[in-house]
Amino acid sequence: MRGPLDKIRRALKFDAQADRVVPPSGFTAQLTLFAAGAMAFLAVFALALSLASGRLAERWGEELARSATIRIAAPSDQRQAQTDAALRILETTRGIAQARALSDEEQAALLAPWFGEGLELAALPVPRLIEVIETSEGMDAAGLRLRLAAEVPGAVLDDHSRWRAPLVKAASRLRLLGWAAIFLIAAVTAAMVTLAANAALAANAQLIAVLRLVGAKDDYIAHAFIRRFTLRALFGAAAGMALGMIAVVFLPRGGDEAASFLTGLGFQGSHWLLPLLIPPLAAAVAFGATRMAAKRTLEGLS
Amino acid sequence: MIELENVAYSYSGGELLSDISLKLAPGSFHFLTGPSGSGKTTLMKLCYGALLPTAGHVRLFDTDVRALTRDDVAQLRRRVGVVHQDCQFLDHLSVSENIALPLHVSGRSSEAAGEDLGDLLHWVGLTERANALPAELSGGERQRAALARAVIMSPDVILADEPTGNVDWEMSQRLLRLLIELNRMGKTVLIATHDLSLIRATKAHVQARVLRIANRRIQLAGADL
Repeated sequence: MRGPLDKIRRALKFDAQADRVVPPSGFTAQLTLFAAGAMAFLAVFALALSLASGRLAERWGEELARSATIRIAAPSDQRQAQTDAALRILETTRGIAQARALSDEEQAALLAPWFGEGLELAALPVPRLIEVIETSEGMDAAGLRLRLAAEVPGAVLDDHSRWRAPLVKAASRLRLLGWAAIFLIAAVTAAMVTLAANAALAANAQLIAVLRLVGAKDDYIAHAFIRRFTLRALFGAAAGMALGMIAVVFLPRGGDEAASFLTGLGFQGSHWLLPLLIPPLAAAVAFGATRMAAKRTLEGLS
Repeated sequence: MIELENVAYSYSGGELLSDISLKLAPGSFHFLTGPSGSGKTTLMKLCYGALLPTAGHVRLFDTDVRALTRDDVAQLRRRVGVVHQDCQFLDHLSVSENIALPLHVSGRSSEAAGEDLGDLLHWVGLTERANALPAELSGGERQRAALARAVIMSPDVILADEPTGNVDWEMSQRLLRLLIELNRMGKTVLIATHDLSLIRATKAHVQARVLRIANRRIQLAGADL
């Protein structure tokens, strides 16, 4: 019983003599190495993009979904009363874990980027903000809006869904595109190896004829080519992956935790191990592609 | 050993061989002759499974060639030594590596065959040229190297297609002596050649039958040669 793993093992078994049977082909060999390296390099970035946008989608989806803001825009003499009324409503609303009015200092900090430090809030009709943290079940935003409208005329509920949804959607789409890019990179690698293998097989038609004449089985001939292209793809991809990882390590990092998307590009934690899968995958793709090319070519010969 | 029964072979242009029946018994020595383009090479190819007959049956070692898989054909060629008209080598490997190639492709270790290889090189007179590349060999040396490669697996049958095509008379005599020696060791030999004087010279040394292809058919030529 010969399993597929056994076949792969036999195909890659080092056999100096068998490797010598196919003449070395300097330039095309280097092209294969280079192409595999370039593809692995791109794959590292596609992977980083996918993982980063995945993280982003998840964070935005989770954090924003559980928070909402109520804005109390009322004349300054009624503001405190309306804020208290809103807080009372929130206390009796299902699905709300915590509700808290922001202090003047906090609101000043929020406005500082736009108006500069030392802003005198009291001089401005700035609405009061209430931060609402939902429980995991979530709240009934429409119901809450109705109650607020009835009792606190100056309150406006913003559950962030209006701008959250397209962002989460964009991040998810970006992640999908990243995976599609990885898939395309694998497909291009397969196409490239197939072309290179076909060229090698065509260039060595006479050699194949001689080998068949002296009693070589198709497997023997195919393996001489498969080994070569698999190893080229493996080493090329390993070099490309290493360069890609180095490039990712040296990407500039953003400071604060709400880091923008660009500075968040990269790997985190165990995700650093994922690119290590690229060389073996490239080798597997090359193995399959060469195997199919060799099988097709050999079956056309006598 | 090799048996053809009412075999026909057609290229797209038309029929090249028809109604050929032939039986190569173990230890026999046959010549195959006929004008250029009469189908000698095609018949040889039918005999080692490189071509399938378009009609009739070819049986190699009692198996119909149509029933053979590609691996079976490979296996079979280890029992049939073929010397090609334009003996093809792997040009980047040395003469001795080329001669040992059948051993490598069949997975036999080259160390075990080391001594045999030396003997074989000596037998075909290529000991000095063992490390040369095929491109550096003369026509006669190439033919002898091809013969050595054909017999290194100790095959039961040796098929030689115009083995003396590109060599002078003396060299062709030498090659023929090697083939006669192989026949005396019990190998079945089939040589395609258009050189009738070569056939005559051989008949003094070995009981050879001469098959002639004429009008797409095969005839056993008499003693009149």
